[in-house]
Amino acid sequence: MLLRKLTLAVSLALSANVAFANCGDISGTVSIVGNEFPAIQTVAKGAAACASDAVEVISNLTADHQKINLAGMQGDPAEYTTAIIANSSIIALMNDDVIRPLDDLIAEHGADIPKSNLITIDGKVMAVAFMANSQHLAYRKDVLAEIGVEPPTTYEELLAAAKMIREKGIMENPVGGAYKSGWNLAQEFVNMYIGHGGEFYNAGTAEVAINNPQGVATLEMMKALTEYMNPDFLTHDSNATNAEFEAGNTALMNMWGSRIGVLMDDEGAEEVVYSNVAVGGPMTVGGGTTPATTLWWDGWTVAKNTSDENAKATFMAMKNGTSPGILNDDTMGEAVWMIEGYSPAPVNAGVFASIKAGAKPYPMLPYHGLLHTALGDNLSDYLQGKESAEQALADTEAAYTTAAKEKGFLN
Amino acid sequence: MKHKTFFWFVLPSSLAMLLFIFFPIVSVLIQSVHVDTEQVIKEVTNCGPFGCETITAVDQEATQALKRENPIGRFAGFTTYLDRRHLAIDEVRAAWSTSNGIGSFIKQLVNLPFYKAMSFTLAFTFIVTPLVIIFGFIIAVAVNSAAKWMRGPLIFFSLLPMLVTPLIGALILFWMVDARGIVGNALQYLAGDPTLSVKASTPLTWIMLMVYGVWHSAPFAFIVYYAGLQSVNQDTLESAMIDGASRWEQIRYVIIPHLLPLTTFIALMQLMDNFRVFEPIVSFSAEAHATSLSWAIYNDLGGETRQLSSAAATSVLTILGICILLLPVLVRTWRDFTRK
Repeated sequence: MLLRKLTLAVSLALSANVAFANCGDISGTVSIVGNEFPAIQTVAKGAAACASDAVEVISNLTADHQKINLAGMQGDPAEYTTAIIANSSIIALMNDDVIRPLDDLIAEHGADIPKSNLITIDGKVMAVAFMANSQHLAYRKDVLAEIGVEPPTTYEELLAAAKMIREKGIMENPVGGAYKSGWNLAQEFVNMYIGHGGEFYNAGTAEVAINNPQGVATLEMMKALTEYMNPDFLTHDSNATNAEFEAGNTALMNMWGSRIGVLMDDEGAEEVVYSNVAVGGPMTVGGGTTPATTLWWDGWTVAKNTSDENAKATFMAMKNGTSPGILNDDTMGEAVWMIEGYSPAPVNAGVFASIKAGAKPYPMLPYHGLLHTALGDNLSDYLQGKESAEQALADTEAAYTTAAKEKGFLN
Repeated sequence: MKHKTFFWFVLPSSLAMLLFIFFPIVSVLIQSVHVDTEQVIKEVTNCGPFGCETITAVDQEATQALKRENPIGRFAGFTTYLDRRHLAIDEVRAAWSTSNGIGSFIKQLVNLPFYKAMSFTLAFTFIVTPLVIIFGFIIAVAVNSAAKWMRGPLIFFSLLPMLVTPLIGALILFWMVDARGIVGNALQYLAGDPTLSVKASTPLTWIMLMVYGVWHSAPFAFIVYYAGLQSVNQDTLESAMIDGASRWEQIRYVIIPHLLPLTTFIALMQLMDNFRVFEPIVSFSAEAHATSLSWAIYNDLGGETRQLSSAAATSVLTILGICILLLPVLVRTWRDFTRK
């Protein structure tokens, strides 16, 4: 772990040296808050290349960024001049009106940002995306070859393959999944429900509608998958799921594209595991055509409560942090960069397959965060066999409705 | 002490308490009886790397106008306290009228988040607190009767669980009880069941959390009792020995009465601490099996959309719960005080 951190620090230091700074004439403070993983660190380094006597660039990258970014942007002046967010977390910032439209800055200084990277909400550009992410199949080539099965393209095929692996005695629990009660479990429900063609709300309203045949089918499929998982699945987040895979205990799982690199490197696993990791596209379910996964982008924003001087400095620094200059041999494989000059590596094939298969973006609705929380709190009882699927869905709906009333989305 | 001297003496701490305890509680109370202003929803077209779509969004201008009118939100009275996530009055009433027995009523009751959290919180409090007192006492008596040169190292090792950061201590235990960990494996061997998993079973998870609670808090009771043991009247103890009292009788009739006031103190502290049980639930990833009031507050604030009013209401209910729990102990202390 320490070694990995050291190599990371060294490679980042090297990449910072080669990062090409083209920041224009700016002054003021750039203060970044964001999640902590290699790709984001690269962006922050790229932004830091704009630091000079007139510009101070500081960054606070932490896994708990969502707990602090809103509070840190509500003050006037804001503590953070930019937050690096994803399509779900921009909603909280939008709901509280703490980020500014970027149209004027783009017109003046951002003509070279690809149009497709601009996140436009109600006609105004609110964020600039720089990388894509998605969950998709990751599997062990050698295990599938042993049972003579092609990589599954549907969850039904995955179940059949899992059954064969167990019956042949290769692995007891061949399926992995980030089913930890809370955010992860809710995310898997969202994936599977979209795969079943379900709609979360009555059209045009904040009224939830998941207690329906698609919802029940979703839960039944999730339960069928858990039969082939480690019995502790309700405590496994993405990290623990990856660890199970690296330990050679699982052979099939739905995993984040941004976390495949960890599986393919030669650390933390035996050769037979890391040399046999392969990625497939996202899977479909129940005969549907929409993949049971969601597309995500990560992007940067500019705080509303900050001076025009700082806003401009932030815009230019973040533009530099997500410019083609940050791409080199070390940083190329860190993410599916939406930056010119990016050439995809095999580890990123799954995310590309998701985009190509027409996967839907994660719902960007102002009240969806509340439903996500409600799902995470209420589905585990069903998966433990304590209550029926209908009851779990009814509980979720009731929990969501209570929360939505408190937040003023429903009356 | 003169009234004036007394006044100046307590002024700094009273001011600090007012500022850091009283005002925050008042602010939480105010927050808990308000809910957010209505969010005006409109349909907008969003575009991004994956194409355009028409979805709903918050109409910022209209919503901000409403917010300016009511900066702290709409007054809601006690609705947040009575809603499904807290006392759930309507749901409890419905469960009472539809259930055909006390068993099915309880089953419906613990399906509601507040009562689910309460059932674990109370079980944890009332099982862990007495066990902490008993184990703390046994360790203190044992250490006290050990040879003098051994006591230093013994005290150090007995205090270790309390010195370890709760989150870290819980995480270590969490990996040990894993199905492939040393404790988990030993349990599988003892039970003769290779599929036994502590983390997958609700009763075993509860036991694990309680074992952790006792392990973590027993040193606190131990060190308090150990300090108390140093002031046991040796004359009384000697005369008891001369009268032919056995070791047990000495403990029962001399030591325990001497340590009784300390027991009240430990019980008070432990009731408060255990009612706020939180870290082990997070460290053990036990949310699926056990929740507590503190965990509910954390969960309300940790989501992508923060639910401040709900968290505030749970906080007030936690304070009320602790007051009710401490009432018997406080009444007793007050009686002892006035008797003298």
